[in-house]
Amino acid sequence: MVWEFARYKDNTALTDEWDTHVTYGELDKIGEDIRRAVGERCLVFVMCQNRIGSVVGYASFVFHGIVPVLLSSHLEKELLDNLIRMYEPKYIWAPEEQMAEYDSYDCEKVYGIYGYSLLKTGFETEHPLNDELCLLLTTSGSTGSPKFVRQSYANVESNARSIVEYLKIDENEKPITTLPMNYTYGLSIINSHFMVGAKILMTDKGLMQKEFWNFFRSEEATSFGGVPYTYEMLERLRFFQMDLPSLRYMTQAGGKLTPELHKKFAEYAEQTGKEFIVMYGQCEATARMGYLPAEKALEKCGSMGVAIPGGEFHLIDDNGNVVAEPHVTGELVYEGANVTLGYAECGADLMKGDERGGVLRTGDMAQFDEEGYYYIVGRKKRFLKIYGNRVNLEEIDHMIKGKFGNIECASTGKDDHMYIFVTEEAIAGEVKNFVVSMTKLNPAAFKTIVVDKIPKNDSGKTLYRELAKYYE
Amino acid sequence: MTNYEKYLNVFVESFSVSADDAVNLEYQGIPEWDSVGHMGLVAAVEDTFDIMLDTDDIIDFSSFVKGKEILSKNYNIEF
Repeated sequence: MVWEFARYKDNTALTDEWDTHVTYGELDKIGEDIRRAVGERCLVFVMCQNRIGSVVGYASFVFHGIVPVLLSSHLEKELLDNLIRMYEPKYIWAPEEQMAEYDSYDCEKVYGIYGYSLLKTGFETEHPLNDELCLLLTTSGSTGSPKFVRQSYANVESNARSIVEYLKIDENEKPITTLPMNYTYGLSIINSHFMVGAKILMTDKGLMQKEFWNFFRSEEATSFGGVPYTYEMLERLRFFQMDLPSLRYMTQAGGKLTPELHKKFAEYAEQTGKEFIVMYGQCEATARMGYLPAEKALEKCGSMGVAIPGGEFHLIDDNGNVVAEPHVTGELVYEGANVTLGYAECGADLMKGDERGGVLRTGDMAQFDEEGYYYIVGRKKRFLKIYGNRVNLEEIDHMIKGKFGNIECASTGKDDHMYIFVTEEAIAGEVKNFVVSMTKLNPAAFKTIVVDKIPKNDSGKTLYRELAKYYE
Repeated sequence: MTNYEKYLNVFVESFSVSADDAVNLEYQGIPEWDSVGHMGLVAAVEDTFDIMLDTDDIIDFSSFVKGKEILSKNYNIEF
C-alpha cells in the first residue's frame, strides 16, 4: 500500500478555493465507494484537472489496485479517441461537463462525486494487467503519443518516500498546485504529501491570476513547484518583492533553469529564510532522480545536484564505460527502486513486467565536479522542453508529414522555442497552427522558417546543426 | 498613434487577433491568452508605455477592458 489514509483520518487531505475540504478519513470512505462501483482491478482513464474530484478519483483507484491512466482533460479529441480505442479502458473518470464527449463509447454513469463522473465504457475485451502495475503516464503529454510509462506500486512508493526524506516534509505542509496532476512532477507532489498526511491546496488557477495568490495567502501555502518557465514568470511578477511569510520552500524541475535565474532565486531564498531546491527527474524514473540541497543552491549554482536518497548516478562514455574523471561529459545513468518498469505502446503491453531492472539510461548528457555534483550539459535524443513539457521533435515531424502529405520539414530549436523549417511558404502558417493545435501549447513557443531546402547528408539524414544558424 | 491605438495594437500583435476581437478579450478566453501569453502581453504593454507594472496590477489585468482601466488609474495613461 502506497498510502495510509486511515492513519491520518482527521487531517485535511485536499482543499480548494471554494472551501471544499476532504479529510483523509473521507478519502478512505469515498475510495471504498469507488472500489465497489468499479468492482475489480481494471484500467481507468482519468481525465485530469487540478480539481478535488480529479485527485479523489486518482487516489481511490491507486489505493484499491485499480490502474489509472492519467491524461489531461484538455487533450486534443482525436488523440484521445486514438488512445481510448487502443487501450479500451473499462472506465473513464471525467469532469461532469465533459461527459457528452464520451457518448460514442456507450458510456453509462455509475458513480459521481465532486464534479467528476465514473463512466463505464462499452468495451468488452480487457487487456490483462501486470500485478505490479500501479499507474500509467504519458512521456509527452502534448503530442498524444500512445506511449505510456508503466509505473509500479514499488516505484511510486519508493520515490514518494525519498521525496519525503530529502525535502523533510511532514503533515504540517501545505503545497499549492502549480503543475498539472497528470504531469509526473505535479503528481509526485501529490503522492509524497499524501504519504505524510499533509494538506494539498488544489487550484486550476495560475500564477498570473489574482485568485491563485488570494488562495495562496488565505490558506498559507508552504511550498510550490515550478518548471523553468514558472520561474521566469515569477521574476516578471516581481516575486522578490512579494510578502509570502507562509512559504517555506520552492522546488524547480522540468528542464534546466538558466544559471542567472537559479542564482536569483537562491539568493532570494537565502535572504528570506526560505529554501530553493533545484531537482532533476523524468517520468521514466517515476518522477525524481536528483536534487541540489538548499544549502548548496548558491555554491553549486547551475547544478542539479546529487542522487536522491536510495538512488545512484554515474556517467558512461560512448563505449559504455563508466566515466571516472570529473568535468568529462557522458550519458547520465540512474539506478534506484524508482526506475519504472518500462513503456507500454499498446494494450497487450500492460501485461509486461519489469524490463529495466532498476537501471535507467536517461538520454541526458552530464558532467560531475570534484565533489560529485552533477550538471546537465545536453541531450542525446531530439526533444525540447516547452514550458516544462517534453516535446519529441521526431514525433512533431512525423505528425506534420502525416497531415500535409509528406512535405519537406524539420523541427528543431531550444527549450521553450521550437523552429519548424519548411520549404513551401504557402503552408508555413498552416503548419504552425497545426502544431499549436495538436500540442495545445502557447503559439509563442513556435516559429516556422521557410528555407529553399532542408539540408541533408548523403544518406538523407537531416543536418540539424546547419539549421541552427537561422535561430541562434 | 493615440494611446488607445497603441494599447489596441499590443493585443492585436500579442495574440494575432483582429481589432474587433481584441476589445472583447479576456484572460483564458482564447488559447493564446494563457499564463505564457499573459507574460508576453505584460512585457509588450510595459515596453509600449515605458512603465513597470506592479504585481497586483499584473494579476489584475484580466481583460482588455480591465487593463485599460488599470493603466489609466494607476499609471496616468490617458485614453
